[in-house]
Amino acid sequence: MTQQPAAGAYGPVRRKEDARFIRGRGQFVDDIQLPGMLHGAILRSPLAHARVVSVDTAAALAHPRVEAVITGQDLAERGLSWMPTLSGDVQAVLATDKVRFQGQEVAFVVAQDRYSARDALELISVEYEELPCVVDAGRALDAGAPLIRDDLTGKSDNHIFDWQAGDKAATDAVFAAADVVVAQDLVYPRSHPAPLETCGAVADMDVISGKLTLWSTTQAPHAHRTIFALVSGLAEHKIRIISPDLGGGFGNKAPVYPGYICAIVGSMVTGKPVKWMEDRSENLMSTTFARDYRMHGEIAATADGRILGLRASVLADHGAFNGTAQPSKFPAGFFHIFTGSYDLEAAHCEVTGVYTNKAPGGVAYACSFRITEAVYLVERMVDLLARELSADPAELRMRNLLQPEQFPHRGPTGWEYDSGNYPRALQAALDIAGYPELRREQAERRERGEYMGIGISFFTEGVGAGPRGQMDMLGLAMTDGADLRVHPTGKAVLSVSCQSQGQGHETTFAQLVAEELGLSPDDVDVVHGDTDRTPFGLGTYGSRSTPVSGAAAVVVARKVRERAKLVAAAMLEVGPDDLTWQEGKWRVRGDPDQGHGIAEIAMAAHSGLELPDGVEGHLDAATVYNPPNLTFPFGAYICVTDVDPGTGEVRVRRFIAVDDCGVRINPMIVEGQIHGGLADGIGMALMQVIAFDENGNCLGGSFMDYLLPTSVECPSWELGMTVTPSPHHPVGAKGIGESATVGSPPAVVNSVIDALAPFGVRHADMPLTPAAVWGAIQGRPVRAGLLAP
Amino acid sequence: MQVTITVNGAVHSREIEPRLLLIHFLRDHLGLTGSHWGCDTSNCGACVVWLDQIPVKSCTVLAAMADGRAVRTVEDLEMKGAGEAGGGRLDPVQQGFAVCHGLQCGFCTPGMMMTARWLLDHHPAPTASQVREALSGQICRCTGYENIVRSVLWASTHPDGEAEATA
Repeated sequence: MTQQPAAGAYGPVRRKEDARFIRGRGQFVDDIQLPGMLHGAILRSPLAHARVVSVDTAAALAHPRVEAVITGQDLAERGLSWMPTLSGDVQAVLATDKVRFQGQEVAFVVAQDRYSARDALELISVEYEELPCVVDAGRALDAGAPLIRDDLTGKSDNHIFDWQAGDKAATDAVFAAADVVVAQDLVYPRSHPAPLETCGAVADMDVISGKLTLWSTTQAPHAHRTIFALVSGLAEHKIRIISPDLGGGFGNKAPVYPGYICAIVGSMVTGKPVKWMEDRSENLMSTTFARDYRMHGEIAATADGRILGLRASVLADHGAFNGTAQPSKFPAGFFHIFTGSYDLEAAHCEVTGVYTNKAPGGVAYACSFRITEAVYLVERMVDLLARELSADPAELRMRNLLQPEQFPHRGPTGWEYDSGNYPRALQAALDIAGYPELRREQAERRERGEYMGIGISFFTEGVGAGPRGQMDMLGLAMTDGADLRVHPTGKAVLSVSCQSQGQGHETTFAQLVAEELGLSPDDVDVVHGDTDRTPFGLGTYGSRSTPVSGAAAVVVARKVRERAKLVAAAMLEVGPDDLTWQEGKWRVRGDPDQGHGIAEIAMAAHSGLELPDGVEGHLDAATVYNPPNLTFPFGAYICVTDVDPGTGEVRVRRFIAVDDCGVRINPMIVEGQIHGGLADGIGMALMQVIAFDENGNCLGGSFMDYLLPTSVECPSWELGMTVTPSPHHPVGAKGIGESATVGSPPAVVNSVIDALAPFGVRHADMPLTPAAVWGAIQGRPVRAGLLAP
Repeated sequence: MQVTITVNGAVHSREIEPRLLLIHFLRDHLGLTGSHWGCDTSNCGACVVWLDQIPVKSCTVLAAMADGRAVRTVEDLEMKGAGEAGGGRLDPVQQGFAVCHGLQCGFCTPGMMMTARWLLDHHPAPTASQVREALSGQICRCTGYENIVRSVLWASTHPDGEAEATA
């Protein structure tokens, strides 16, 4: 496919999912009620670092409505007190030796109702011996820093990994020869994905059949099933994971959490179904956070503005357990795509990961495995270079963007960008914005003492992990299966391994199959989120559904079409080579009125029609898709802000987003995903931070403190699009789910810094709250995400 | 304690704990799971229902406070028709959300729709900024609000809904 198709099954089809959601008939995990179901609740550590001296559960067990209390010692007797993380570390399920972050899981109560379970938590008495804690990642590697992970044999410091990409010597040479080098420290503060539905599960262990059914808030049901099998010793075919409707995920629901294990053990112990749902504070304080990268960036250029090279060194705060969720060979995710969208001679980055006494996680919140951090770094550095050179940031970008004829492009850190037309996208954004007029308006306003900012970012993502030889999670290749059954009447059921948290897969994937088979999307049902009903695959995160599972859906539909061809040939008494697929039917070459559509062929395939030797009959097919490369969506964003210098308040006046995600299957859904990501960008740039005090107390543990954008902070988004198909995806599509979250924060920050240029402000760290902006204006930058600059 | 609460026109008398939240009464005691719980702190609005015709956040209302009063939830938005399956007619607000892609994960949607219905009942022709103001006490993590605003505006310009009420 070379361009956006003009007709067919693609297009802004209304979503199949909406019929249930607009009636309040979605089924989320907390909506599940099973006969005799009990309720679980978790006791959590109030301290960031402490030895657990004793846990006394007697009073809780005496509560008349309590059925069980489970401690770390109880789990240890079953070999379940620790579990593997997705990064090859281990994480405590319930603490046995120490607690290592505030909010860590210590005990689990199972009671007859929700409220009694919470009441009983108050009756558990835990004696702690408080230990000094490491909150500031910058002090984690100090000599004498408190040792967090003394559970790991031979561990004597808080170091997790060192990782690098690119050619250091070549990069150093480029920098040494460059006319201009600009350097800047940048903090991408800790944030949290905060899906509106918190995490939870209902575990139902059938003691007769030995089968465990777990309804859980998981973005990766098949991977979780395998992990549970490995952790619990249950046979994998005796585990069924159902991920029903999820109230958002954004990466927060990729990991396995202790609560899931506790619910399972609770059901095993009591013989009854057990529901566990976090409250909001538990979600914000204990489940996977995002970012927390301290970065030092350097950019080298010629005096006339040709960008030559980039360098970055990063200190990555991974919290108390290395629970980041990314392809295992990439401990810093895909951060090394930090060269962005530019034609560079050389680049080098190095990342050091450390433990701190904070919640574990780090790769989440629509980050495309750390591309958020990478794009923020390069787009801030380009803006700083523009400031240094007194160049217009749009012109500087236009001059240095990769050109269309350079694709496929192998970047200096090893990525092979599949396709792109970057100048076209940037020009489209500048045109929508009316860029020259905006600059004139800005100059006039500055004359009047008004502070208006214009911020640009241009991003490239690599999404759709990934090729099996390069990318795996815990050794599981990142490939995805798809099964397609076509019933005798021509109605089809597609089963896919990915899972929806609101992305509209039931609609988009039906469109993919319908387009290949000449059906209506209404004739295709999509099954997902149930390991007993779908083929294996790694799930939905990192914008991988359309690039991987979507490709699988297309490939399996084409397999069905080829099977149909053989049956159609028998029906028409011609050879298969005499047939051509045209306008939704297999037709006889030279006699196109002679032909059959899938529905007719499906009935014949199930009938008594004699078929040639080797043709099985029926049309059903299965496939496993191994992507040959990632897909590389890109875009150009422009943010216009007005800053009140008296209060430091930032108002986002306009936001222009031109995205290129290749062929759009359902443009309405694509635009909706972009809208959501743009709101995330405003949130991260201006409001959201999970901060800690010096004792490791989480300061962002509720929506009173962790501020999310509402309808009044968001402008009416102005979208544009270009279409540059992926050359290796079967329909030319690329991932889009995270593009706007990745690309928008630097546009907002660049805009605010641009507004503050008359004050001499060169940089300020996110979130640019009124206090932070006011501080920057006063020459006293604030770093809300850190204890100290 | 004993409470008697009219929910979506049906009278329910129940023995409850005085501390029971209205959202849990609706979800756990009556099985009306369309209203969601999201934050505990009245910030997110996933739990918005009407109490005597006024939108409230039912995570911070005690069920006891609804004693003798009338609650309306998302399950009541669709006008009832005949037959087991309902066969009802969707409220224009519900239609607007489907037409304008005003939802993705669907978790905030019931609360958003209940506030939107109240807004249109009292201000049938709001501006976009009035819609934003009305919904500003509620959080959506998926849509960036743009299509929610369009959905409510669609409902305001289609007070009788679509000719063929599909969704």
